[in-house]
Amino acid sequence: MIAIKDLSVKYRSNDNEILALDRFSIHISKGDIYTFIGPSGCGKSTLLHVLSGILKDYGGVVTIEDREIDPRTQRIGLILQNYGLLPWKNVYQNAMLGRKIKNGNQDTDEYSKFILKQLGIDGLMDRYPRELSGGQQQRVAIARAFILKPDLLLMDEPFSALDAITREELQELFLNIWKQYSVTTVFITHSIDEALYLGRKIVVLSPSPGRILEILDNPCFNLDNLRFRDEYYAMSMKLRKIVSKG
Amino acid sequence: MIKVLPKEKWQGALYSLAIVIVFWQLAAMIVKLPIVPSPWAVFINIIAIFASKIQIHVLYSLGRIMEGIAIAILIGVPLGFLMGYFYRMDRILSPLVYFTYPVPKIALLPVVMLLFGLGEASKLIMIVLIVIFQIIISSRDAVKAIPDETFRSLKSLGASKIQIFNEIILPASLGEVLTSTRLALGTAVSILFFTETFGTEYGMGYFIMDSWMRVNYLDMYAGIIILSLMGFCIFMLIDIIENLLCSWR
Repeated sequence: MIAIKDLSVKYRSNDNEILALDRFSIHISKGDIYTFIGPSGCGKSTLLHVLSGILKDYGGVVTIEDREIDPRTQRIGLILQNYGLLPWKNVYQNAMLGRKIKNGNQDTDEYSKFILKQLGIDGLMDRYPRELSGGQQQRVAIARAFILKPDLLLMDEPFSALDAITREELQELFLNIWKQYSVTTVFITHSIDEALYLGRKIVVLSPSPGRILEILDNPCFNLDNLRFRDEYYAMSMKLRKIVSKG
Repeated sequence: MIKVLPKEKWQGALYSLAIVIVFWQLAAMIVKLPIVPSPWAVFINIIAIFASKIQIHVLYSLGRIMEGIAIAILIGVPLGFLMGYFYRMDRILSPLVYFTYPVPKIALLPVVMLLFGLGEASKLIMIVLIVIFQIIISSRDAVKAIPDETFRSLKSLGASKIQIFNEIILPASLGEVLTSTRLALGTAVSILFFTETFGTEYGMGYFIMDSWMRVNYLDMYAGIIILSLMGFCIFMLIDIIENLLCSWR
């Protein structure tokens, strides 16, 4: 379980203090997937930096399984919009990077072979990121996160730089793999469609400073042919209303 | 597949060599003075005297330049990395580097010679002194140019400083370091020539100046060509290393 209590983050810009997150509290149960949606500049990325242990200067308490966040002892998978691959490592080395840092070796076991195969990148092992399409690069980033077997998976608008067809393909692929392993996931997006498709719960954030407007159970999660259903339409309208009211 | 030396590069080198020879030949035919001998006479002379007269000088010069560059890299690169990664180091050392960089270090040659003598030490110190600044600055800038996001995914994995160094800083800046070494090389060859005109009887600088004094222009040109060739070979060597180590580019 991830517990966030009264999280406040301030940024200093010139001499002004800007409040990015304001008394932010939420519990995310183990093995669940939450999508966070809100306007740009609402502190979504700030939240992610706190959860990934990059930003350490915050107020309030944030714990994973009752322990304070520390990327050295916990396993945190991070998937970014720009993929976060290292250009000097080939697909194989990039995918195994998490294991290499955490376990000290980058040998493939059955599990990582299976993940690479499922993501369809087992044939591209020797390629460098610049030789891959955006979709392929993001597959590598997803593979890296899953091979790490993370306690917490953080995704920061991972599909927003991709074209519509690739995006839907990868959303489906991601969800399939996610269902097999049920990693606790925080998924940040600015797309209502994505929030509905991938979130078991949807958290709507206010414009700056980021506060939680509402946490919704998502009845659309795990429905087949979601985008053709009435539930999808109804939920989408409801979300749009909350987001636009701010 | 790694192309160690692309075909275009060799073709380009041969093509430029041909052009230089044509112009040289033309100049020799027009001027008709002993100070501009024909290229063929010089090439024949090289073949005749290389083993007996030039070889030993090449070895001395090559040794000095390699040592000089190696010392400059061994000191300059770590210093540049520290300055690029730790903001405080940069704040303390950058003004010092910027202040001393434009000082024409070759003008310090008399001082270096007085302090370290006329021998090998002062020659090496001169090469290092002049080459090291380019290497410090470019390795610092290479580290600074690595985007924050690149560090982010490793930090979220809880990577240690050593892991960050091995996985990011070293591979990301290796190319820049090699490029600056290549640039520094041109300067190093000029400095080498200059320092070898004093206090030694070995080295290409000595050989060229000595041939000049003896009014042996064929030998002098042979020396100039061999010195250039030496620079070219080290240049290509760095190219090959770069292609091998930075094939991801």
